[in-house]
Amino acid sequence: MSRLGRKEAIACYLFILPWVLGLIIFTAGPMIASLVISMTRWSIMSPPQWLWFNNYVQAAEDPLFWQSLKVTMSYSALSLPLTLALGLFVAVLMNQKIPAMNLFRTIYYMPSVVSGVAVAILWTLVFNSQWGVLNTILWQVFRVKGPTWLLSETWVLPAFIVMSIWGIGGGMIVYLAGLQSVPTELYEAAQLDGAGRMQKFRYVTIPWISPVIFFNLVMGIIGSFQVFTSSYVMTQGGPNNASLFYLLYLYNNAWKYFKMGYASALAWIAFGITMVVTLLVIRSSSAWVYYEGVRRR
Amino acid sequence: MMGEGVARLSPADKRRPLARPRARTWWRGKRFQEYFWRGVALLVVLLGAIAVLTPFMWMVSTSLKSHMETYVFKWIPAKPMFSNFPKALTALPFGRFFRNTSFITFAAMTGEVLSASAVAYGFARLRAPGREVLFLILLATLMLPGQVTMIPMYLLYNKLGWVNTYRPLIVPAYFGGGAFSIFLLRQFFMTIPLEMDDAAKIDGCGFFQTYWRLILPLARPALATIAIFSFMGNWNDFMGPLIYLNDWSKFTAALGLQFYSGSAQGSGNMELMMAASLSALLPCLILFFAAQRLFIQGIVITGVKG
Repeated sequence: MSRLGRKEAIACYLFILPWVLGLIIFTAGPMIASLVISMTRWSIMSPPQWLWFNNYVQAAEDPLFWQSLKVTMSYSALSLPLTLALGLFVAVLMNQKIPAMNLFRTIYYMPSVVSGVAVAILWTLVFNSQWGVLNTILWQVFRVKGPTWLLSETWVLPAFIVMSIWGIGGGMIVYLAGLQSVPTELYEAAQLDGAGRMQKFRYVTIPWISPVIFFNLVMGIIGSFQVFTSSYVMTQGGPNNASLFYLLYLYNNAWKYFKMGYASALAWIAFGITMVVTLLVIRSSSAWVYYEGVRRR
Repeated sequence: MMGEGVARLSPADKRRPLARPRARTWWRGKRFQEYFWRGVALLVVLLGAIAVLTPFMWMVSTSLKSHMETYVFKWIPAKPMFSNFPKALTALPFGRFFRNTSFITFAAMTGEVLSASAVAYGFARLRAPGREVLFLILLATLMLPGQVTMIPMYLLYNKLGWVNTYRPLIVPAYFGGGAFSIFLLRQFFMTIPLEMDDAAKIDGCGFFQTYWRLILPLARPALATIAIFSFMGNWNDFMGPLIYLNDWSKFTAALGLQFYSGSAQGSGNMELMMAASLSALLPCLILFFAAQRLFIQGIVITGVKG
């Protein structure tokens, strides 16, 4: 390597150094540590005891673990397709050159900007069965007596799904950008071939924006194991553990019962599940995701 | 064929207009179809927008009601009670909570912008063996859920005596500032023409000066974008402060708000609850409206070009 090249390489490493250090201190190191801790019984107060794989065996026999997994999985199985499809639907509508598109885009995106405790509190009030705005509207407009939402074992998850639909704006914006990048020649060509509105959507739009759908899907899968603030603030996992999201159960184990070892095992199980699901999606992607600029066989 | 057709044209047929071979009713016309579908689209989008805004409106409305009015369904309070806001914010030491939150937010934001831009410059502009592999690792960490590292980090900070200080919430920001920010900035830096770097080099700029005096000023919109994302993330962060902060005097606004949530199910002071929540959301909402363009650009850069 030339002297200049070597100088450039050294500069490159120096610029990247903070991230490399961060990777070692805050990611790689803790990951290994977490794996080791997951094989111990450790309550901070007393020194750790070696357990080998007992924490994982214990998880398999823990009804609450299965409950939290069930809650998280059923939540994402319903909320992911709904938010993906609705986000795309609204984006397609907005792409019809409707007036005041920028204003609508802003409104739809607003919920994605605000998050955390304030929003959780707001939704608690919306879902309040007596004075909540949702049940009042259901009654006044449709004459339907709304359920007790957060206080009902059956309705608490649907309530969380309604809340997730409120946040479709985040995915919508990405879709909208994707839709605007579809070359108009493609539509014109399809038109010449006699394609109707639906056919153009199915055979031109969907393939073209499939990478965006893919991106939103992968991010959604990872995100579903991260639901915490809303469940912690709104229901504490109740009623009767019907909204015990995975991360909430993990948090309870670590910081309420101080079972650091067991909680670490839970973290690794979640990590394993997300990895497997994500890899399956990535594997399947070659069948349904179309990348312009990548040569296909 | 043709002869046949012509032959069949009788003088009577000639009087009928031949312009429309197939009878087309007006509503099948291209023009009408276009307007019709746009109208339908507009209507659906409008209804959706109203649905999205309803919770916000309810929040604003409730925060201005008198206590009795919170039990009645109405949108506009008889007399807006602006006094709910000072009342809600002094019932708990929110002045202090907001100061704490601002401190953490700005300290972490500075770290993220500085370190992420430096790292992104390295990835986007300087060539070195192994750089591509490192960048792939960076992309992989984008997908890593934080829960795996959460417990060991807590145990480490506990050993260092950092629990119940702001350090666990601030210090990590100075080490790369998160894969997302680095990725976004790198994508942006790649769009700056390389000739500019060469020109700077001819003018005698070293790598650091090129970064500091050329790239950073040119990338101002992208820097603002990640600064805003970082602001929102830190301002709204709940789990971090929940795990690391124990003392009342050190709490953030998000932690303080939580004390209002207990009364959300019952009949507690809903108007105060909403006033406090709205105050906590306000900085984010204002920032969003002020910098929407940057925001949407940032999402588009990472989401589509990724």
